[in-house]
Amino acid sequence: MAASTVVNGLTSPNVSNADAGALAEEQCRAAKERAAIDSASRLPALAWLAGATFWLLWASFFGLVTSIKMHIPWFDVRVIMELGIISTLLSVPLMVLIARSKNLSLDAKIGFCTFAFVAAAALWLVLRTWVFDIRWSEHGGAWQTFGRTRMTHLSLIGYGWGTQAGIAGILWLVPRLSRTPLIYPNALIAAAAIWNVGIFAGVIGILAGLGTSVEWLDFPPFVPPFLIVSLAIVAAWGIVTFTRRQESHVYVTLWYCFGAMFWMPWLYTVAVIINIYSPATGVVQSACNWWFAHNVLGLWLTPIGVGAAYYIIPKVIGRPVYSYYLSIIGFWSLALFYSWAGMHHLIGGPIPPWMVSASTVGSMMMFIPVIAVGVNHHMTMLGHMGQLRYSPSLRFVVFGAITYTAVSAQGAIEALREFSEVAHFTNYTVGHAHLGAYGFFTMIMFGVFYYMVPRLTGQEWASSRLIRLHFWLCSVGIVIYFTSLSISGWFEGRQMNNPDYPFIQKMSNELPWLICRSIGGAMMSLGHVAWAILFVLNICGVGSRREGPTFFREKTSAEVEAELNGSTATPAEVALASR
Amino acid sequence: MDRTVTLLLGITLTFASSWLGLVFAPYVQMNNVQPIKGTTDDGVEEMYPRPLEGEAAYGREVYIANGCMYCHSQQIRSEHFGNGADIKRNWGVRRTVQRDYIYEKPILLGTMRTGPDLANVARRWSGQGGKDWNHLHLYAPRMMMPGSLMPSFAFLYEKRRITGEPSADALKLQGEWAPEPGYEIVPTPQAKALVEYLSVLDHNRIMLPEAQE
Repeated sequence: MAASTVVNGLTSPNVSNADAGALAEEQCRAAKERAAIDSASRLPALAWLAGATFWLLWASFFGLVTSIKMHIPWFDVRVIMELGIISTLLSVPLMVLIARSKNLSLDAKIGFCTFAFVAAAALWLVLRTWVFDIRWSEHGGAWQTFGRTRMTHLSLIGYGWGTQAGIAGILWLVPRLSRTPLIYPNALIAAAAIWNVGIFAGVIGILAGLGTSVEWLDFPPFVPPFLIVSLAIVAAWGIVTFTRRQESHVYVTLWYCFGAMFWMPWLYTVAVIINIYSPATGVVQSACNWWFAHNVLGLWLTPIGVGAAYYIIPKVIGRPVYSYYLSIIGFWSLALFYSWAGMHHLIGGPIPPWMVSASTVGSMMMFIPVIAVGVNHHMTMLGHMGQLRYSPSLRFVVFGAITYTAVSAQGAIEALREFSEVAHFTNYTVGHAHLGAYGFFTMIMFGVFYYMVPRLTGQEWASSRLIRLHFWLCSVGIVIYFTSLSISGWFEGRQMNNPDYPFIQKMSNELPWLICRSIGGAMMSLGHVAWAILFVLNICGVGSRREGPTFFREKTSAEVEAELNGSTATPAEVALASR
Repeated sequence: MDRTVTLLLGITLTFASSWLGLVFAPYVQMNNVQPIKGTTDDGVEEMYPRPLEGEAAYGREVYIANGCMYCHSQQIRSEHFGNGADIKRNWGVRRTVQRDYIYEKPILLGTMRTGPDLANVARRWSGQGGKDWNHLHLYAPRMMMPGSLMPSFAFLYEKRRITGEPSADALKLQGEWAPEPGYEIVPTPQAKALVEYLSVLDHNRIMLPEAQE
């Protein structure tokens, strides 16, 4: 174990002075090797990440629209589009002037540009309302009805953002951990292109009324072949890379990535056959549907998120994972139990009771991997929480790791029949889904990308203030989102279970919570805009060349010294370990 | 954990277990359920369920295209579940079971009840009166249900200038929802199909033996 942790770039805190020199040399060699491996991963990983970021913005847009439509059913998206287009036209000349100014810092430029845009939007709102008196003739078109925007939002989050973000992470993590440069870069870039063509066609299809109304499989029937081909390319690449690995020890992150790459194509192919191309009879479809939909989170997004956290946390704080054995237990119990958990989405429904029971058992057994992974992640962090003040990657990843423990424990309890009797069919489930897919997975992936992108582009992040904004908007946003829907959902369930309670009253009671949800959602969306700006600036080469990681603030020399007193590592080693 | 074979085998077996249990086993158990002969509330003997045909089948496609199932479930749960509220709320007379759904592709069980369950909506809004109500409700939900959060499906209707006699199927809208004088709101074929679907949607038509509790 000791040798391999060093090779993976993890400094062990208890090395004797005599070994320190040899260790520094070994680390220097490893850092060079990693840099060479990263340079091979550069284009494919960035291609998938660019697609992910693009669709994240659209997914946020459609999510926000869907959320607003739930409390303002007559809300017309064309108003936002008009506002967006005209404010952009009004503010772009000003932005160009600001961007060209030589006296302003980058942070100031971003701030002024934002201000210009907001001012233009406010100006246009005033003009259109009181001067031009513009009104849209009819409420909304078919394309923007609630059901279609909701299908679009979920599809874009699952396939546009989640899957692509996961693959971007995999393409960077797997070569690093296998210690072999990425092979077949062109095939992977082609796979990204095929994937994005599929997503684009799918979104247009859903908005045009070709959506299938099968949750998580809403894309029209012409889309899955694109996705399957693309997934197959990535999976084949994964297997070949794995067999060609130079590192004999398989680090825990690699198990997760390997499992995920193997499970997802299988899941997706089975699900589209049984639900779309050759539908089974009646509720057999539902069983397959929820086996699939739950496993997209459980056996695709979760392993990538958990695996990435297993990599980033030890890497940033320079300390090995707390327990190797716990990570084994965590991995295998996740593989076994999570895959059985899906039927709790059908609790109370017209499926045989044994299926629900099996899934309830699977869901309860999930406490094992959750506790194992939780202990492992949090015990690794213990005593190093101070690092959260500096490292954006760590802050996002730790937020996600803590949320993972919380959301999984909540999910296990939610699968209980007594609990489900209230929570099922309400916004409580929606809140839970977002805590998982967003609070856990998305936040961890942001953390991964803050670490990954500078190492791929050789370009540091342009603005630590913008990263901070991104973090706080997203984290506060998801907390507001989750809290409001959980409270609302619980009341909804109680009121629906009381047959004398008027249904329409239950609906009106949701209103204040739905408005809170839109506020939380808007904050998250703004955070994504901040991320997109940072990402685009980074790949366009704006900002300083990379010399060390971007911290929220620089450590003082006293703080560096205090850290060094805990170990015998030299400042050079600390700097190296954090790369 | 460093051996490729161990890892690959473990990953395959764990996953295959759930595939066998949650996809293959129900497939074997339930894929061949057949319709059954039974007696409706009106005393008519017929085969149940029957596949939708014609306009109602087209209406179901409209329902799918517009994602209605993201707010309306189509399942009645047991009288021992959730205080038995589904049945007490008059959404159905018995729980729904596999046989009720054998012709549904895709099945529209739903996972959310922002709006009420629609498994047996035809029982609540039957006949011509029910169809008229559904048209008005689809076009102007808050005219029929003040405080409702349902979106208007005005895009399934057409506003036209009245030439000669007003159309027989024009919507009888009131107040702020009425079109300006000289105009009328008439359903498109899509709206008619959707309403036809809603007026035959009944998963409790026959009392099934396996649904008895």
